[in-house]
Amino acid sequence: MKDRIFEIISKYNGDSYRLMDILHDIQAVAGYIDHATIALLADKLPLSAAQIEETVSFYHFYSDKPLAKFNIYLNDSVTANMNGRKEVLAAFEAACGIKQGQVTSDGTLGLFPTSCIGMNDQEPAAIINDKVFTRLTPFRVKQIVNGLKHGLSLDDLVVEECGDGKNALPEINSMVCNNIRRKGALLNHDYKLFSVINDILPNTSSDEIIDIVSESNIRGRGGAGFPTGLKWKFGSRAKGEHRYIICNADEGEPGTFKDRVLLTEYPEMVFEGMVTAGYAVGADMGLLYLRYEYKYLLSYLNGVLESMRKNNYLGKNISGIEDFDFDIRIQLGAGAYICGEESALIESLEGKRGEPRDKPPFPVEKGYMNLPTVVNNVETLATVVKIIKNGADWFNKLGNKDSVGTKVLSISGDCRFPGIYEVEWGLKIGDVLDMCGADNVQAIQVGGPSGALIGEKDFHRELSYSDLPTGGSMIVFNKNRNLLTEVVLNFMNFFIEESCGTCSTCRNMPYVLREKLLKVINGRGVKQDIEDMTSWARLLNVSRCGLGQTAANPIVSSIKNFRPLYEALLNHEVEYDSGFNLETSVLESCKVVGRQPIFHHNA
Amino acid sequence: MEKKIIATTSLAGCFGCHMSILDIDERILDLIELVEFNKSPVDDIKTFTKPVDIGIIEGGCCNSENVEVLRSFRKNCKILISLGECAIMGGLPALRNGIPIEECLNEAYLNGPTVGLNTEHIMPCDDELPMLLDKVYPCHEIVKIDYYLPGCPPRADLIWDALVALLTGSELDLPYEVVKFD
Repeated sequence: MKDRIFEIISKYNGDSYRLMDILHDIQAVAGYIDHATIALLADKLPLSAAQIEETVSFYHFYSDKPLAKFNIYLNDSVTANMNGRKEVLAAFEAACGIKQGQVTSDGTLGLFPTSCIGMNDQEPAAIINDKVFTRLTPFRVKQIVNGLKHGLSLDDLVVEECGDGKNALPEINSMVCNNIRRKGALLNHDYKLFSVINDILPNTSSDEIIDIVSESNIRGRGGAGFPTGLKWKFGSRAKGEHRYIICNADEGEPGTFKDRVLLTEYPEMVFEGMVTAGYAVGADMGLLYLRYEYKYLLSYLNGVLESMRKNNYLGKNISGIEDFDFDIRIQLGAGAYICGEESALIESLEGKRGEPRDKPPFPVEKGYMNLPTVVNNVETLATVVKIIKNGADWFNKLGNKDSVGTKVLSISGDCRFPGIYEVEWGLKIGDVLDMCGADNVQAIQVGGPSGALIGEKDFHRELSYSDLPTGGSMIVFNKNRNLLTEVVLNFMNFFIEESCGTCSTCRNMPYVLREKLLKVINGRGVKQDIEDMTSWARLLNVSRCGLGQTAANPIVSSIKNFRPLYEALLNHEVEYDSGFNLETSVLESCKVVGRQPIFHHNA
Repeated sequence: MEKKIIATTSLAGCFGCHMSILDIDERILDLIELVEFNKSPVDDIKTFTKPVDIGIIEGGCCNSENVEVLRSFRKNCKILISLGECAIMGGLPALRNGIPIEECLNEAYLNGPTVGLNTEHIMPCDDELPMLLDKVYPCHEIVKIDYYLPGCPPRADLIWDALVALLTGSELDLPYEVVKFD
């Protein structure tokens, strides 16, 4: 094993910035990364054992303990639960003979929960050794587990047809479905492969490209909505030996899956957008950070890059433009929602824990390797290609004044047609609900858990950066759903699980708020608890990144729009009831140290 | 104006919040014109000797003694303030909350790198010792708390402004800039 590890290190030239890849390869060969391996790595890389352990322990898909031959990661998102995750989990537990979080004694099967894997429109879903199984039922679970026990391969076990579109290509060979329900300016068929690189870049200066993007008024499609043209301008003016373009394909906001579809169906357009950005900003390297959950797309995407290299769409003097050298590498993540935050993503690209950086300086000045770096969302980069092709004026005619262009929505939950919808900005929520076939609607979560949970009185509002912004996630809940236990609690669990732990506010406050929420759900809540939750949530504003700042939104937003749900559960008889019981809370520790509990009731 | 009575205590905290109280510097001279300290490490009075107006709590509850002290504060004080990260959210001590208590104790007394002298593998179990709780609790999960002053530690200016606001009955402004952690 030692030799294999040395081989892996030399494959990456002992580059400590490639630690993520080194760890992925070791995990693939050894099954886990233990202390001895870390010591070995520390010996060969310019990193301390503590630094390596920091990285290993941070990510969901690295393990310091032996895992199973087949590791089943069952998605725990809200829609998975709405679509029968409980029964599917019970079926897995019964078939494997273990509980969630355990590995079978013979080391064949392991069963673990995982945060949203980007399959909200085909839940419940699970990842088994990088292969995605969607639309699970207890029957399918029995088949899969029996098959694995009898030595069938994961490919053998996909008895469904492959998904639609390119999911059926041999390089992907996946049962995942695109479910594209509505195409618009971005997704329609007028895209001619690499026509921007071929026909436009050679005749247009980099400043002109930036001008077109600025005049188009496109804003970042990841959620924050920063003007893309301005970002490119900053990046092009920042001083540095190299500049980098990063494509953020770490869509981890529960309920978002549109980047998965863009990367499946339109990878050339996304990469062409990166090349265009590289030309405009003066970058020589592009990095696409792909979330681990989409690893099943990796070899397909690398194949696309390889054919681009062959055709001089990547490499030296691209499209005959002298001194325009640009290449793209795909970096695989390892399971961390926080890496969707651009500075955390950059830390992760450098092989470190995905902890957001203090800002300023912003990545456009000091990003990857402390050099100027432009980070754009998948959808932004793809859209830019259409803008360069069709012009800024064309783009400005789409959408509304405040938010121009179109937005690709990922719609899931209680609706007849979950999937991908491209719409113009400015669409009313009520129309969104009609469009996806949602009846009897109680609420819709706009922009994922970090966004807003809104009810009927707000269905007249519009999707736009100034009214209801969204990175794409829209989850519908009908009137039979218990919003507090099924939705808000699930979202709070998600934020607690995914906090990187750097800021004490985000590390602790969501936990404290969840305890309050549970207190209310369990009938011990008093009026002050609601006031407390609202006012304490404001404290999260001092967190370093957007995740921390929005981690209380599920509670704040549900109190704001669904307050009667909380009030109905309050105990109005008492002023306060903490529910704390000293006698029971010391039992465990007394047992461990071997003593009898003693209480002084007159204290 | 009659002097208000103040009591303070540090439960599962590091005394950093109390240091921050002392950081109001010479304003402490103004403060003692307005208030009288009762049970508090500041004057070393160990037990309540009269009814108290304002009780200031640093730290959360990690053991039975913390709970008893906190309950006695609730009983003897009209107003209780949770001061700082640990009192409000459990803080650093609450990092143990995700780990089973047996694992924590084993690491602390049996397996940790610094337990070499504990050759008899003794776990502290004397009846005189407080009993550990199953997890570290923020104060409001034990008793009703009236006000919360955030920070790690809350800055002296924030404590000062809050006390003045409370004593004079005026509004307290908590701008972004005064809330600091770590």
